[in-house]
Amino acid sequence: MAIKSKFTKRSDGRKFDEAREMDAKVGIIPSADGSAMFRSGSTIAIAAVHGPRILHPQHMQNPKKGILRVNYNMMSFSVDDRIRPGLSKRSQEISKVTEWALSPCVDLEEFKGNVVDVFIQIPQADAGTRAAGINAAAMALAHAGIPMKEMASCTAIGKMDKTLAVDVSKEEEDFSEGEGSTDIPMCCLSRTKKISLLQLDGKISVDELKEAIEMGKIACGKINEIQAKALKEIE
Amino acid sequence: MNDKEEKRQIIVPGETIVSGDEYLPGEGARREGEDIVASKYGIVDISEKLVRVVPLSGVYIPRRGNNVIGQVVDMNSAGWNVEFGSFVQGFLPISEVPFYVNRNELREHFDFDDMIFAKVSGTNGRSIDLSIKMRNLGKLDEGMVVRVNPHKVPRVIGKEGSMVNMIKDSTGCTISVGQNGFIWIKGEKIEDEVNTKKIIMYICKNSSVKGLTEKVKTYIEKDLKLKIKEENGN
Amino acid sequence: MAILPKIQKDRIIEYLKEGKRFDGRKPEEFRDIEIKMGVSKNAEGSCSIKFGDCEVYCGVKLDAMTPFPDSGNEGILMTTAELSPIASPDFETGPPRIGAIELGRVIDRGLRESGFIDFEKLVIKENEKVWAIFVDIYAVNDDGNLIDLAGLGALIALAHAKMPTYDEKEEKVDRKAGLSKDPLPLDRDSMSFNLSAYKIGDSLVLDPNKEEEGSADYRISIAMNASKDGDKISSIQKSGEGAITEEDMNDILDLVSKKWDGMKAEVNKFVWGK
Repeated sequence: MAIKSKFTKRSDGRKFDEAREMDAKVGIIPSADGSAMFRSGSTIAIAAVHGPRILHPQHMQNPKKGILRVNYNMMSFSVDDRIRPGLSKRSQEISKVTEWALSPCVDLEEFKGNVVDVFIQIPQADAGTRAAGINAAAMALAHAGIPMKEMASCTAIGKMDKTLAVDVSKEEEDFSEGEGSTDIPMCCLSRTKKISLLQLDGKISVDELKEAIEMGKIACGKINEIQAKALKEIE
Repeated sequence: MNDKEEKRQIIVPGETIVSGDEYLPGEGARREGEDIVASKYGIVDISEKLVRVVPLSGVYIPRRGNNVIGQVVDMNSAGWNVEFGSFVQGFLPISEVPFYVNRNELREHFDFDDMIFAKVSGTNGRSIDLSIKMRNLGKLDEGMVVRVNPHKVPRVIGKEGSMVNMIKDSTGCTISVGQNGFIWIKGEKIEDEVNTKKIIMYICKNSSVKGLTEKVKTYIEKDLKLKIKEENGN
Repeated sequence: MAILPKIQKDRIIEYLKEGKRFDGRKPEEFRDIEIKMGVSKNAEGSCSIKFGDCEVYCGVKLDAMTPFPDSGNEGILMTTAELSPIASPDFETGPPRIGAIELGRVIDRGLRESGFIDFEKLVIKENEKVWAIFVDIYAVNDDGNLIDLAGLGALIALAHAKMPTYDEKEEKVDRKAGLSKDPLPLDRDSMSFNLSAYKIGDSLVLDPNKEEEGSADYRISIAMNASKDGDKISSIQKSGEGAITEEDMNDILDLVSKKWDGMKAEVNKFVWGK
């Protein structure tokens, strides 16, 4: 493209295909069946899995297979402008897309009438919270011994004016010059490379999006390595 | 699993374990084309071309013939509902109890919150049938219950009971092990029960370590300062 | 799993008669305390705190608001506790149940009634603009005695918090300018520490784990304060169905004041020292 982008450099010095520093650990919540922490830059997510267990009320049970249920929320002090405690429409939406992102991975055939509950909390937020949440949740599900076909890894690709970059920070999300900022969270499955979560808001061409998805697949692959390492590092 | 394990291979769901037509996928694994792929998080176990993933974690999945320990949480005229920490509840019907039970006097035999040692007599997905018709099964009085990861139960029992017998020989406690990870301990003194619990927790914490039997022996003798009673001079 | 067998409770009670607990502690002994500062860089002050395996995250945020109609010369304090199911299979989703509500209110009273926070110094413009302090407590892993844990966590988060920057012209907080170097207006001498005594069988126990807590007949939380003229009690809450005998009431007060005396220095170090 001959048109030069107004976004030329990342303020933290990262390359465009470079994610923030990541960190992962499992088993951080002893009373859960499975638990994990995932950090991406300054965004931290913790997740706990309880289940499979009996689902009440009975009319919500699925007689054909077990249900995956996700509850995502941010701690009120995780962001600069305090969030009122309690569920918001945003956290309810993220809970649902997280559930859809993780469902293709798990195999709950054996657990008819049961539920696997995933709880995600964000103590500190700096963009990419739903991605960090999904990354932590996938590890927690594996850690809980839930039958899983493959793992799920999530990142957010950003387009700042005409520049695509991996793992956008809050500052980059707020970029407003040229075409502004387009945020593309995407979740990739580790073996089949299928996309189980894709959202977008901003302004992007078809070709740019295809390129973004390719960048995302590579980034998700790297995240999966970190998740696998954390799962293998237990004593 | 024995003490002579090599460096264990932990596998993550979706990863390829081995490739080749000669392998067969066992529990926790599946075949995808050439590859045998992990369907669970756990330790790889390959014996004679059968590839399994032995889980490190996860809820207890009841199997017929298993002994389990559970708590009575409800009852109706047909029997008692028993909770044993799995994703299904168990049901002990009056017919599976080796004494006469009057339909109106269930509580006299097993009351709410009582602990029982039972056998899984049948599984049909939605609930588990229990029986206490065999010897050694029934209500557990006094003592205490320790909960462990059900996947560590084989280590607590040991090869042909060698580990659990060593514990019994050092603390003098009666120990009943439920495959569901619930272990009942009863000793002459509470001190003995607490020591038994400590040994069990030690085994679970070091369950994947090589030479576990020796380590446990050292823990019992050096850390807890207990003597392991020798039987028949062995 | 909500299973607490009666036989377990019986054993816990009997062992306590000998003055012993399963984990080797004495009845008045606390578990190891572990504190990590700054769990959220976006909070004005925050920490994670553990008693053994029991863990909570505490965060403090401030904002400039209009004062309540009848308290134009006072700042505002709002304390919320969330017992999210992330911390225990026994907690439910949804709005706070009575457990979380009670916990939040007890901690709030301890902070408010003790005089720890100088509400008058939180006034920006009398009757028009005051500082509101939000203390938010999240349970992360429940292993008993969340209330004492939350109380100490709140003190630590408040003591380490810094005031936000206030833009006089715009008459609101300037988040972009970051935090000032000023601490919150707190009165060290009025600091109250919440100590809860639990009645288990015939014994009184401090800092129970989950199993022990589940075997308790009642809990009595007493906020102790080390003022210049001797230790004072700034708030009490008795919780649970059991009833306190006269003898126990005296024993409880003796136990708690003795424990506070022994823990004072350590608590002060946790709150002010790091």
